[in-house]
Amino acid sequence: MSPPLLGVEEEVQSSVSSPSVECISENGMGLKERNYLGLSDCSSVDSSGVSSNLNLKATELRLGLPGSQSPERETELCLLNLGKLDEKPLFPLLPSKDGICSSSQKNVVTGNKRGFSDTMDGFSEVKGYVYTEKSWMFHEAGSDSESPQSVGHGKYPGNSGVNVILSTRSPGVQACVKQDEPANVLQEQPRATNGTSLKQTVISNNTTGAPAAKAQVVGWPPIRPFRTKTLAASSKNNDEVDGKPRPGALFVKVSMDGAPYLRKVDLRTYSTYQELSSALEKMFSCFTLGQCGSHGAAGKETLSESRLKDLLHGSEYVVTYKDKDGDWMLVGDVPWE
Amino acid sequence: MNYFPDEVLEHVFDFITSHKDRNSVSLVCKSWYKIERYSRQRVFIGNCYSISPERLIARFPGLKSLTLKGKPHFADFNLVPHDWGGFVYPWIKALAKSRIGLEELRLKRMVVSDESLELLSKSFVNFKSLVLVSCEGFTTDGLAAIAANCRFLRELDLQENEVDDHRGHWLSCFPESCTSLISLNFACLRGEVNLGALERLVSRSPNLKSLRLNRAVPLDTLQKLLMRAPQLVDLGIGSYVHDPFSEAYNKLKIAIQRCKSIRSLSGFLEVAPHCMSAIYPICGNLTFLNLSYAPGLHGNKLMKLIQHCRKLQRLWILDCIGDKGLGVVALTCKELQELRVFPSDPFEAENAAVTEEGLVLVSAGCPKLNSLLYFCQQMTNAALITVAKNCPNFIRFRLCILDPMKPDPVTNQPLDEGFGAIVQSCKGLKRLSLSGHLTDQVFLYIGMYAEQLEMLSIAFAANSDKGMLYVLNGCKKLRKLEIRDCPFGDAALLEDVGKYETMRSLWMSSCEVTLGGCKSVAEKMPSLNVEIIDESEQMEFNLDDKQKVDKMYLYRTLVGHRKDAPEYVWIL
Repeated sequence: MSPPLLGVEEEVQSSVSSPSVECISENGMGLKERNYLGLSDCSSVDSSGVSSNLNLKATELRLGLPGSQSPERETELCLLNLGKLDEKPLFPLLPSKDGICSSSQKNVVTGNKRGFSDTMDGFSEVKGYVYTEKSWMFHEAGSDSESPQSVGHGKYPGNSGVNVILSTRSPGVQACVKQDEPANVLQEQPRATNGTSLKQTVISNNTTGAPAAKAQVVGWPPIRPFRTKTLAASSKNNDEVDGKPRPGALFVKVSMDGAPYLRKVDLRTYSTYQELSSALEKMFSCFTLGQCGSHGAAGKETLSESRLKDLLHGSEYVVTYKDKDGDWMLVGDVPWE
Repeated sequence: MNYFPDEVLEHVFDFITSHKDRNSVSLVCKSWYKIERYSRQRVFIGNCYSISPERLIARFPGLKSLTLKGKPHFADFNLVPHDWGGFVYPWIKALAKSRIGLEELRLKRMVVSDESLELLSKSFVNFKSLVLVSCEGFTTDGLAAIAANCRFLRELDLQENEVDDHRGHWLSCFPESCTSLISLNFACLRGEVNLGALERLVSRSPNLKSLRLNRAVPLDTLQKLLMRAPQLVDLGIGSYVHDPFSEAYNKLKIAIQRCKSIRSLSGFLEVAPHCMSAIYPICGNLTFLNLSYAPGLHGNKLMKLIQHCRKLQRLWILDCIGDKGLGVVALTCKELQELRVFPSDPFEAENAAVTEEGLVLVSAGCPKLNSLLYFCQQMTNAALITVAKNCPNFIRFRLCILDPMKPDPVTNQPLDEGFGAIVQSCKGLKRLSLSGHLTDQVFLYIGMYAEQLEMLSIAFAANSDKGMLYVLNGCKKLRKLEIRDCPFGDAALLEDVGKYETMRSLWMSSCEVTLGGCKSVAEKMPSLNVEIIDESEQMEFNLDDKQKVDKMYLYRTLVGHRKDAPEYVWIL
């Protein structure tokens, strides 16, 4: 499996001059290889169950912000029995189209004292930042200034919530992308963590060696940090308080291989992959009881979280999703947002 | 004028309260200067480094109320490093040593330590009023000292401060004998408060008119407080979350209805939108409504609330109100003078829910509008021109298009004409903040028309030095100019250095000014402090005059270089 993956990796690396582009570029960077862990194995291991659960409607996974969803667009998260998961290195990070990318560094503002103009040395004309209709982005020094054009200028069909990934991932990060700026006071969104217990290595797309690419200009928009902090705290509390689903609740169908019915989860109620996977475990725990029992441990123990986790995420089940190209993707690569 | 004895003049001057007017009075002649200075009780110092406490004390021995401002405005947006300065302690220390009978201290953007608060609380017997806005450096221990020691405290007003909350007992520190409170605002505190102590305090404060609670005060406590203080004029609700069918909620409804004097409502830091109907009875009297910290309130519930507020004069809101919601405001709030629309999602430009349409609607429906702060997704020249026509009375016009340098999306033109229309139409404009794609042209308009302009904030604008020159030449009343990320260089900076003495301050960051240019200003104008703020320590190792300066802050001063600057601040 390695050579094809390496091939993909190279392509990823070579085209990372402006990391923001990859996510959105619709053309191939050769990602058509689709060498996903799940797919080939899945079909070989338990094809019947899988195919019956597959909704082959062209769907997109959208992890955008409220308002960007149309109700009929749903993605399925498929729990597939994949067997030899551990042996497979992970496949490309970058889903082919938009909708899945999100910046893990949306709000890196504080702590960066030098202001964006410092990073702009080397740009002519426009102060070097990329102005798009969507959101602020920075390029690493050296990227072209025309690359922004491919950054979804209104090309997203109404997907307003997508932010572009910047090269903020450090190499060697396991499973999930982690965010580098934990102390960012302007950050409102919850952090993506190294959630799942998948132990594959992730091919980092941060190969330009500029780890702290800013997603935002320092001090812009001109809002007091006190306000953003307070609003963030309020939003969080209101989520708990308000019993109704927030506008933009992101319900997604989840099917488990072999289960008699599907479930729906609101992705918005989770803030990390870990939470999502725990919730899914709980939801589908009734179906795994059989297996728990077969391991011979006492009933209560087997239902403890760790065990279930092993079951669900060790070698038995993986959370995958179908993106809008119809490709089965392993959950966890893209930052949570 | 020499025919009048001093006492008479003094009595006449008593009626002159504005700082500007008193300053003018003191310039007339020596005797007026003398009379004025002895009778002056309120002093406003816009830049704490422009004068020293000793000189203040020497000139105004009768000082009772002092207002001080510390850090430059752009410090609000993380452009000024943390420990740049603005310490209040030296002021309090000097005042404490003197015979000044300080009664009121109002600070903005200053660093306030617990030590200073404690010294303050112990040094002035008649201390009555402490107002801290956007300050930092203190904890609730400092507040405890104020509560415990200021026997005649009337006002403790904390607005948007960064307070280290030790979750202490500071509220309990108000002695039983303290019954003089008129205003208590601790909305910015993040920690728990002793609810029982709060209730008792409110119970024994019959003059309490303004009460702003923090998030930790739950609904049932609110209800009890309102029962004890139906005379409130200004209320800030902390947490507004409850089951609408509960007993506590019913009691709250009754309590609120008794509060017929409430004119100002804010807070709702946590809100359950389905409980808002309890508020309706008081909405009809509201003149100020601040929902800018209540993201939980939007959509129809918000609309319904606003529709009850027919007398509103000031509205602070989040952009989730949307253009449609602003339409409702336009229909309902005919008395509206001030509107502030904050972004609920500041870092996602495309999520800003208001556009130029909302602003146009409000301008059409609310002709008395004179103060605006508007964060939006986009703006058009046509809209600005319409707004300028509808509302010629703007005093403050601050527009922030979240995506900087964004042109008019309809015509793809810069917004020069739109802002030009604003400055031309609004002859009384004193404060202006620009955004969007702007060329030198807009500055030509500003220089030509904005005759009363006192404060101008510019970001990501202009093509050349000409922009800055138009402003410096044209705006005779300019006091504060703050610029970031504009191509203004030494030529503009050095054109008229004398101008800076007529202004309070100039901030330029990420522009084209060089070290040499700044040095030149400093040389020519000894009455200015020219500060170079450079945390990267480049300045230390590379003293090349041609090097661009990252951040420059210059201000006029009578007392020379300040001694408390941190290492990365270099005063030329």
